[in-house]
Amino acid sequence: MVVNSLVIQLLNGLASASALFLVASGLSIIFGVTRIVNFAHGSFYMLGAYVAFSITRALPVEAFDVLGELGPHVRFWGGIATAALVVGLVGIAIEIAVLRRIYHAPELFQLLATFGIVLIVQDATLAIWGPENLVGPRAPGLRGAVYILDQRFPQYELLLIAIGPAMLGLLWLLFHRTRWGTLVRAATLDREMVAALGVDQRKLFTGVFLLGAALAGLGGALQLPRETLNLQMDLSIIADVFVVTVVGGMGSVVGAYLAALLIAELQALMLLAPPFTIAGIEIAFAKLTLIPSFLVMAAVLIVRPYGLLGRPQAAARVAGAAEPVLRLATPELTRIGLAALAALALLPLAFGDYTVAVATEIAIFVLFTASLHFIMGPGGMASFGHAAYFGLGAYACGLAVKYWAAPMGVGLAFAPVLAGLGGLLFGWFTVRLSGVYLAMLTLAFAQIVWSIVFQSDALTGGDNGIRGVWPDEWARDKAVYYALAVALCIAGTLLLRRIIYAPFGYALRAGRDSPLRAEAIGIDVRRVQWIAFAVSALFAGIAGGLFAYLKGSVFPTYVSIPKSVDALVRVLLGGVQTVSGPIVGAIVFTGLEEQLARATEYWRAVLGVVIILLVLAFPEGLAGFAQRRWERWRGGGE
Amino acid sequence: MSVLLVESLRKSFGGVEAVAEVSFAVEAGEMLALIGPNGAGKTTCFNMVGGQLRPDGGRVHFAGRDITSMPPRAIWRLGVGRTFQITATFGSMTVAENVQMALLSHRGRLWNWWPRATRLYREEAIRLLAQVGMEDQADRACSVLAYGDLKRVELAVALAHDPKLLLMDEPTAGMAPAERIGLMDLTGRIARARGIAVLFTEHDMDVVFAQADRIIVLNRGRLIAEGAPPQVRADRAVQEVYLGSGSTFGGH
Repeated sequence: MVVNSLVIQLLNGLASASALFLVASGLSIIFGVTRIVNFAHGSFYMLGAYVAFSITRALPVEAFDVLGELGPHVRFWGGIATAALVVGLVGIAIEIAVLRRIYHAPELFQLLATFGIVLIVQDATLAIWGPENLVGPRAPGLRGAVYILDQRFPQYELLLIAIGPAMLGLLWLLFHRTRWGTLVRAATLDREMVAALGVDQRKLFTGVFLLGAALAGLGGALQLPRETLNLQMDLSIIADVFVVTVVGGMGSVVGAYLAALLIAELQALMLLAPPFTIAGIEIAFAKLTLIPSFLVMAAVLIVRPYGLLGRPQAAARVAGAAEPVLRLATPELTRIGLAALAALALLPLAFGDYTVAVATEIAIFVLFTASLHFIMGPGGMASFGHAAYFGLGAYACGLAVKYWAAPMGVGLAFAPVLAGLGGLLFGWFTVRLSGVYLAMLTLAFAQIVWSIVFQSDALTGGDNGIRGVWPDEWARDKAVYYALAVALCIAGTLLLRRIIYAPFGYALRAGRDSPLRAEAIGIDVRRVQWIAFAVSALFAGIAGGLFAYLKGSVFPTYVSIPKSVDALVRVLLGGVQTVSGPIVGAIVFTGLEEQLARATEYWRAVLGVVIILLVLAFPEGLAGFAQRRWERWRGGGE
Repeated sequence: MSVLLVESLRKSFGGVEAVAEVSFAVEAGEMLALIGPNGAGKTTCFNMVGGQLRPDGGRVHFAGRDITSMPPRAIWRLGVGRTFQITATFGSMTVAENVQMALLSHRGRLWNWWPRATRLYREEAIRLLAQVGMEDQADRACSVLAYGDLKRVELAVALAHDPKLLLMDEPTAGMAPAERIGLMDLTGRIARARGIAVLFTEHDMDVVFAQADRIIVLNRGRLIAEGAPPQVRADRAVQEVYLGSGSTFGGH
């Protein structure tokens, strides 16, 4: 019996691996050639499923009657293929409209722009197909099940199992037996070289995008008979897909397949593991499916930093623009800045409770953003999972209230401790990587934290969160709590700023500018980055703690991917290279979000458009833009 | 006692023996040039001495201490300064701050969280920059400097912790001929005045023969000649290596 269910689970794993592989290979191919990590790849997957749903319903049954028995098959599979193609075309449209303009922008801005696309696609899907979950048609002729070792196993899953290797074979042929495929492989190795050989990059990039998006669309469309369609499909698959591409090696299709197998099988087998008990808390592996896959990813990345079959990227020969010199603000500018800050801090008190609540939130996000900026700007480490530390801080307060009925002071003291410890733990792994791999590892760690709080109902209340996390009596008044939050947040932000200008901040920046030179003058770059990561997590934790008491509750959404991305947007909006950037970014973005959410149901799409426009218009961020204007106006700078 | 003593250093990449049984020594105040055609193993040698690469065999002693396989930062702390073939400086800092960074590290102040770094050891940094003729550009961004000036900044950085040994991998690569002689002349004067041992690689034979006290010649990972400049110039094996590879003495 055990053997039988083991075999069935292994087969289930194979079926899931196929879908994962389709999406991941698309992401990987696109990254290989264009060097863009396409956050919107999950959106292509979701679109594929929804478009297939509509097409398979819209195609009139009678039209296929002429084909006789084959009719229903052609109708269904034709619909699936058309959906993949449609998504491919959407991919092309996006590539031409947005990405083509930002191929030379910094990596992070590209990522941000693709997240803008995620938001737009999310709302477009909501507008077209509505918020209800949809159930697609079953595949004709594959509705039944076969018996394998006396266990029922759906026929359709068998087909899926075959599709993975089949697509792998087709892709292999495409890449090794066609001129176009050879160009793609060459560009993956060294795209400047390919450009120097006179290959039209634009066509190549657009073609690659078509292929990648269509693969994701196919992956989604194939889910139609298998899963109900919902609006969370995009982000839920993207985390897994990131793991798969990173484990397999970015740009390697075979690696993506191996990794998809590894991850999917692992997740399938976890469902069989019996629950066990630690310290009175029952831990069910079946529910913690995310953790093992992320542990695998962490393990693989430490042994093979570029994934199973990946290789280090050829260094781009077009040197990026050097980071500008970070200078102390002039006394004049410092005075203006502090005065503006004071005015902004006092202003909301003149308005009602709502404004004060929003202002409190903004203050908290200023600190959160500054903490992320600390490792992103001077540290050069883009964390894609900074919500993890924000969330740890919030949960520290939640748990302090839930288990110890602790007063607010204890919660707020516990928040940075827990978040800082989390930063120490995850940061130790993180600083061993760099660039895209580092970003994806941080995202993975955030997902681990998310899955722990989401899935351990007993400890954290799971999806229901922890309620009743209110401030002490003296701070219940909105204005008083606001004053407390503003005081702590401004102090924290200014402290971070002070550290950036102190020797430690310089050492951090030295490690970012030139690790080779930094090591050659006695700087232990990894250690400096590690401690910086933990410090950043600690401050994020304070922000999270303050947020918990502001909202009176703690939910897993505090740790979710959108929260992490919001933080990134704030940093990039303000400008990574300026120290005041995060303050500006947090104020503008939080205010914008708040206003949009009140004004329209489709605020996400509007936000997405705004993000894309900002990336196109101000690649150096708002504060960077303002600083340059100021310097030009003053005739200062170089 | 030699400042640097290298014994039977070996390194292979895949099946290729990049450096094989190389031994040499550098004395205080001595300029030792390491020359050889492209691919002779010069940079590999350098990176093993500086700690950027781990040797497969052999030992490196600095001032009587075994430093084989130590990380670069530990080797630096013992008193070894280094410049790179392709300059490595901190682009987001000013020229002075680049030097100050080395001073901050040397004085053990990297883990300070409060003082303004840009105001620490500034005079000292300016003095070092003055030695290499860069004090006028102290407040410019490193990222906007001419390449020759960057090389001089690197020299100032390398001198910041009063090293006993300087490792200079192609210190004049990418510079105009007149500048090259000037930079190495400057290096030579500083080194002799302070008793610093200098190990450098160089493609420009004018520079080598004008500045080196002694020359060692590497070919295909092996040491083929060693001695004073005239001696090496007359060496038949050396001539063959250089003529055979198409390079000539004296020209560029």
